[in-house]
Amino acid sequence: MAALRVLVGVKRVIDFAVKVRVAPGGAAVQTQGVKHSLNPFCEIALEEAVRLREAGAAAEVVVATLGTKASQETLRTALAMGADRAVLAELAEGAAAGPREVAVALAALARRLQPQLVLLGKQAIDDDCNQTGQILAAILDWPQGTFASRVSLEPGAVQVQREVDGGLETLRLRLPAVLTADLRLNEPRYATLPNIMKAKKKPLEVVPAADLGVPAGPPRLRLLQLQEPPPRAGGEKVESVESLLGKLRHAGRI
Amino acid sequence: MSRSCAVPAFPSLSRCNMALRRVLALAAALGRRSCCSKPPLPPDFVQALRAVVGAPNVSTATAVREQHGHDESMHPCAPPDAVVWPQAVGQVQELAALCHRRRVPMVPFGTGTGLEGGVNAVQGGVCFDLSRMDAIAELSLEDFSVTVEPGVTRKALNKHLRGTGLWFPVDPGADASLCGMAATGASGTNAVRYGTMRPNVLNLRVVLPDGRLLHTAGPGRQPRKRAAGYDLTSLFVGSEGTLGFLTQATLRLHPLPEATAVTIASFPGVGAAVACTVQVLQAAVPVARIEFLDEVMADACSRFSGMGLPVAATLLLELHGSRRSLAEQQQQMEEIVQQNGGSSLAWAEGLEEREKLWSMRHNAWYAALALRPGCQGYSTDVCVPISRLPDVVVETKQDLQASSLTGPMVGHVGDGNFHCILVFNSQDPEEAQRIHAFTQRLGRRALAAGGTCTGEHGVGLGKRALLQEELGQEGLDTLRSIKAALDPHNLMNPGKVL
Repeated sequence: MAALRVLVGVKRVIDFAVKVRVAPGGAAVQTQGVKHSLNPFCEIALEEAVRLREAGAAAEVVVATLGTKASQETLRTALAMGADRAVLAELAEGAAAGPREVAVALAALARRLQPQLVLLGKQAIDDDCNQTGQILAAILDWPQGTFASRVSLEPGAVQVQREVDGGLETLRLRLPAVLTADLRLNEPRYATLPNIMKAKKKPLEVVPAADLGVPAGPPRLRLLQLQEPPPRAGGEKVESVESLLGKLRHAGRI
Repeated sequence: MSRSCAVPAFPSLSRCNMALRRVLALAAALGRRSCCSKPPLPPDFVQALRAVVGAPNVSTATAVREQHGHDESMHPCAPPDAVVWPQAVGQVQELAALCHRRRVPMVPFGTGTGLEGGVNAVQGGVCFDLSRMDAIAELSLEDFSVTVEPGVTRKALNKHLRGTGLWFPVDPGADASLCGMAATGASGTNAVRYGTMRPNVLNLRVVLPDGRLLHTAGPGRQPRKRAAGYDLTSLFVGSEGTLGFLTQATLRLHPLPEATAVTIASFPGVGAAVACTVQVLQAAVPVARIEFLDEVMADACSRFSGMGLPVAATLLLELHGSRRSLAEQQQQMEEIVQQNGGSSLAWAEGLEEREKLWSMRHNAWYAALALRPGCQGYSTDVCVPISRLPDVVVETKQDLQASSLTGPMVGHVGDGNFHCILVFNSQDPEEAQRIHAFTQRLGRRALAAGGTCTGEHGVGLGKRALLQEELGQEGLDTLRSIKAALDPHNLMNPGKVL
């Protein structure tokens, strides 16, 4: 596999263990002082790319993200997990981006870097959109293998096992291709201290998002409103089965 | 000693049974009283509890109290009279002061995953469920330390540490509260290399029985070593809730190993497997985990997890290090295993493979129970000097066979610590009696070998008599003096340890 380059797209999201709160105004969630980490599905995609390189099937893993300056930390984590170099498509502070904007940036990077494989997580745990990989494949006009639970490279092609509603589906895609990683693809490694130290010296390039064709202004996908679920109401004890049935009917449940 | 109150049929409460309860009642006679003969808490007292934490954080509901009256041992459920959920250390202090004034017993509660009845409220009182205090603070990557409250479990902490290159290695199996692990002096599969809880707790924020706040190493301090005064941190580690509430622990973190390899080796007999362990330690191989399964346990685990292992005494070994040092350790290990008649080794290095092997081991409890469906389990916990381990294990195995008991053995043999998971029919008083006699003999065998009756689970309710034999009169008197100094009215988790 000569010189096969893998481009991995990652996203900085609020850590999965944090209890998310809606910010006053209902237009966003509270992010100030809240722990952020690498999106778990992006970690799985990155782990797969690093394993391909370790197995000799790929030569280089480039990790990229569209985000503000804070995303540099996320890229360093990705470098500590084994990526060779990183690119930050930088947004201005306070600017937002959705799947379309990310796909545009990654497409521009793909044209620059000429990877044979683009690996993304299937979705981000903050918006759960599950769109970026698909939009990216459409922009590049490349084949796509989403919800991948097994990936194996062949000369000029990649075999992908996908988790679909009916079970498992296996596809063979001509390279270059876009894949999105599902949960059971692999178990990502933990970054160790020596690798974290090494990651500080790996190249991290910062490119303004506009240079990659990301349009200025609000994202295509507009968030209208956010609200927390209604607080849990107290339960009620009933004396008899008849009473229970009556109350369920009254509440329109049966 | 019989309980005439109705007991709902929760799965774990099915362990409450007349036969074994009678046997245990003999061992835990002092301080027990029937929950029905004691008056409930005075309404003004319960109102005062509500005034501190708010009505939603106080419960006297039967189901809630019974949930908090047992852990994962088979000691019968002993529910407290009320359960409270403090949200901050100031509330713990106020509640403790209140209970202290009114002389009401107090029982700390973390995750309820203990194995010695530590949370059973044998004298009733108020159970302090500390799980809502779950802050992780003061993480210092340079100092390798972090501070956690009781609601933080060890898996939650390690997930939080993802990406920092650090981890907290003490792993008792259950996803226990870290402060709870400090309270019981927990250990686990990694202790042979990384130590038990005791060396890994740098400071504790304790609420004393009268409500005063104590920082065992001084407020806000976490030096890696100190020689300043009596070691209060070590006193409270393993105190099993009898000296105060551990409301925050400062923990020592370790760097994640760069490379890890796991293997399984089968041996012609129990003696060979244990002898191999002794030699590995004497060869100074810095083994990270060395777990023993006797042939009954190996077979049970293998079938439970679908692994197809040979039915033989087995060692499960894990090595940590850099890539180069790992290769060296692997070679040393292969030589020693071969010398002891062990099978050749296939090393698992990928994360998924390694996790599969360890989860097979971690399911030992359930695999053992699956040997006799419908039965209860009880785990022994003796720990002896390594030099005595082969004899003690072989004798114990013979005793098991002579007593016709089902007791697969699993052990952290690197520490000289092993468990017999006794699986018995609790409805059979004769078998319960044999179990009790066996565990007493095992405890005494370990003491005679210069060991301890409990390596990691704690004394709790069931081992107080053995503690006396282990420490002797002076030892026990010293413990009693300390208890009397800190808790003169015996309100903190009464009926445990002493």
